[in-house]
Amino acid sequence: MLYPLKTFLMTELVQGLRLTLKNLFVRKVTIKYPEEKTPKSPRFRGLHALRRYPNGQERCIACKLCEAVCPALAITIESDVGPDGTRRTSRYDIDLFKCIYCGFCEEACPVDAIVETDIHEFHMETRGENIMSKDKLLAVGDKYEKTIAAEKAADAAYR
Amino acid sequence: MSDDTVKIEVNGVPLEARKGQMLIEVTDAADIYVPRFCYHSKLSVAANCRMCLVEVEKAPKPLPACATPVTDGMKVFTRSQRAISAQKATMEFLLINHPLDCPICDQGGECELQDLALGFGRGVSRYTEKKRVVKDQNLGPLVSTDMTRCIHCTRCVRFGAEIQGIQELGTIGRTENVVISTYVERGVQHELSGNIIDLCPVGALNNKPYRYSARAWEMRSKPMIGAHDSVGSNMYGHVLRGRLKRVVPRDNEQINETWLSDRDRFSCHGIYTDDRLVTPMVKVDQEWAEVGWQEALETAAEALRQSVADEGDALGMLVSPSSTLEEMYLLRRIAERLGTRNVDHRLRRRDFRDQAADPAFPSLGVGIEQLQLQQGVLVVGSNLRMEVPLLAHRVRLAALDRAEVTFVNPIEYEYHFPHAYVDAPLDRSVRVLTAIAIAAAEEAGQSVPDALRDAAAEVDVDAAHRAAAKTLLGKERALILLGHIAQRHPQFSDLRAAAAALAAITGARLGYVPEGANGAGAALAGLLPHRMAGGRPVDDEGLDVQRMISSPRHAYVLYNLEPKDDIANGERAEQALKSADAVICFTPYVTQELLDSCTLLLPIGTFAETQGTYVNAEGRRQSFGAAADPVGEARPGWRVLRVLANLLGVERSEYRSAGEVLDAVTAEIGDAQPDNVYRGLFEPALDGEQVPLEELDVPIYSVDAVVRRSLPLQMTVFGSGEGVDTAASGTGEETFRLTSAG
Repeated sequence: MLYPLKTFLMTELVQGLRLTLKNLFVRKVTIKYPEEKTPKSPRFRGLHALRRYPNGQERCIACKLCEAVCPALAITIESDVGPDGTRRTSRYDIDLFKCIYCGFCEEACPVDAIVETDIHEFHMETRGENIMSKDKLLAVGDKYEKTIAAEKAADAAYR
Repeated sequence: MSDDTVKIEVNGVPLEARKGQMLIEVTDAADIYVPRFCYHSKLSVAANCRMCLVEVEKAPKPLPACATPVTDGMKVFTRSQRAISAQKATMEFLLINHPLDCPICDQGGECELQDLALGFGRGVSRYTEKKRVVKDQNLGPLVSTDMTRCIHCTRCVRFGAEIQGIQELGTIGRTENVVISTYVERGVQHELSGNIIDLCPVGALNNKPYRYSARAWEMRSKPMIGAHDSVGSNMYGHVLRGRLKRVVPRDNEQINETWLSDRDRFSCHGIYTDDRLVTPMVKVDQEWAEVGWQEALETAAEALRQSVADEGDALGMLVSPSSTLEEMYLLRRIAERLGTRNVDHRLRRRDFRDQAADPAFPSLGVGIEQLQLQQGVLVVGSNLRMEVPLLAHRVRLAALDRAEVTFVNPIEYEYHFPHAYVDAPLDRSVRVLTAIAIAAAEEAGQSVPDALRDAAAEVDVDAAHRAAAKTLLGKERALILLGHIAQRHPQFSDLRAAAAALAAITGARLGYVPEGANGAGAALAGLLPHRMAGGRPVDDEGLDVQRMISSPRHAYVLYNLEPKDDIANGERAEQALKSADAVICFTPYVTQELLDSCTLLLPIGTFAETQGTYVNAEGRRQSFGAAADPVGEARPGWRVLRVLANLLGVERSEYRSAGEVLDAVTAEIGDAQPDNVYRGLFEPALDGEQVPLEELDVPIYSVDAVVRRSLPLQMTVFGSGEGVDTAASGTGEETFRLTSAG
């Protein structure tokens, strides 16, 4: 078609408006975050946590496999003989700035102690907060143990 | 092909072997890998792990390579279907009772079982029955046990029986109920017992002080040299984030074979203590203040300059014989610059009358490896096992090879090999040694040498002396060893003259067991009042250690030592230091005694934190790098001394590395050879002033500041407390109490 005619009949405008009209009745993909949230896989890898056994004992045995496997060298562990004579960490630090959330630590852990929870809404306000110490990691684990256990159970069949 | 070699074929490769050699020795030499657990080249063959099964042509069953002697024309297959399936089957049986606790096992990552399980084990166990659990035993403060992990290779048992000479561990029970046990409730106590940690192929026996503190793969391995005795054991220090975590032996067939004494292995636990000096400190008006290095070194230089302003003689330098060659050389240069010859490292020696006859540097007279080839050894005044454990091991090897070994000691120390003992109480030591020399002359049909003629009338020669003389007589390779007790004896000059006469009569060599890690190096560097570098004599003799403290100086330099514990007459030394105007102390540690008696404290690194060179008992120079990072503001000693030398205007002291210092000292030493031939004309006096044995025989774990601070070592039976422990088997009923539990 001739260009002036196209301009005169405004066909392109009509085409555009037709798309707009069509999308008025299509199901929405955007959500109103933070009031609304998308569903997450049970394998989502967010903030780290250290878990405990139901009797309250720390799971971590300081085998340092997570530290060895970590590709970003984000984990620093110091181990020692614990008060009950077992192998325990005396320091367990994860630098969240270095961490690339690959989940290798979780894969390497022989006792399911270090896990990545589905928590992704966290932030730091001052320097130093990026270091997750053992106490902080255990606190996260204690708080979300139910969710973590549910996610592990949901995923267990596929492992 | 000569008569004693045979030709065999392994995996199609033709090999030559000595007759009677075991198959595994041949394959090892040819770099053909055969898996094994119980076989160890330094121990006897037990053939009880069955891991080394290989297929031999015409043999009905796979044969253990460690216990199968080679025969001519033998055809061996190490990787055949049959061999591999035998090895895999063995591995499956071994893993039946082995716990799956690698993540918490200290052996994890350096475990022979783990490695072989990867190569020969199944991915999943077929075993579903109950696993065996074994109760742990307390083997003392050095070795931890997790006996459930034991696979019964019996390397530790054979080590006790064959290397220590005292079987501290054994097997109890049969078949599945076999356990490694001490029989009675007592730990392993031998001074080489730490080696069972390396021998154990699994995690059953482990390093107790190191327990759970690091993993094998995360540490850096740095070559080191043993710093507590004159063997100069080769070892690796394992370092994590700049801290020395543990020490393991480094193979050197000529020095320590594959062993390491407990003192060298566990001394690293004395490095990181609360009393480390972390910053230079200076005393101003009786108050200690922390200062920076620049100020501290300037203060030190000024104090040194002032002390020798009137006369160089006013200064005295006392240096630990375990300092490095570089440090000693720089100290001597500084002393030269200040115009004093009062430098000495012979801290525990008491008798210097005949020091002119000292050799250029003290040495064994034979190589360490040759020690075990001696046919007769006479050890004079030495608690050899405690002084230098690995030399005692070599003497033991000689004795097991039919050498005659006689100890001439004030008390009978325990040795686990055939030996004779001649009682020589301290006040009669010279008499006994003279009697042996006279007996030797009589037996050899020679006339008594001039030096002994006066004494000859006064001593009585008895059968024991004659027997001792026969230890050396008629032997092609015979050695007289003067140990630490002899060298610290108040009549050392007399003892040495008598020993030299005995050596001359019998044709035996005379040897010294050097003090500290670098006693030989100190003499070579010229850190002596009467010698220059390389052992050349000087005209203007300075004062020896004892004279420096008996006639107090105005100023002292202390290097790497604690006066009370490291110097003979330590109490008197402390008094002398307190009366001095300036005492500059280079030390890794700070103690109340040092704070009381010094005026300036400069922090230096321990043996693990400095680089340098040690000269060992056979004159071998071994250089090493710094393994760990220094603690706090401490710096390697040679760096501190180098800056101090610059400040004092020592010529050509702009060294940039320890290697440059070493080049300088090597050039100055020249070609000093080990030469122990006695050229003195000293006539031994039979009687003299005496001191109690406790002051001469320093306990094994009290020899230097680092060892004294190593808690695991102090917790052993030889640790702080009784001092001389003649019965290595321990004391008191408690140690021997039988357990009621099976």
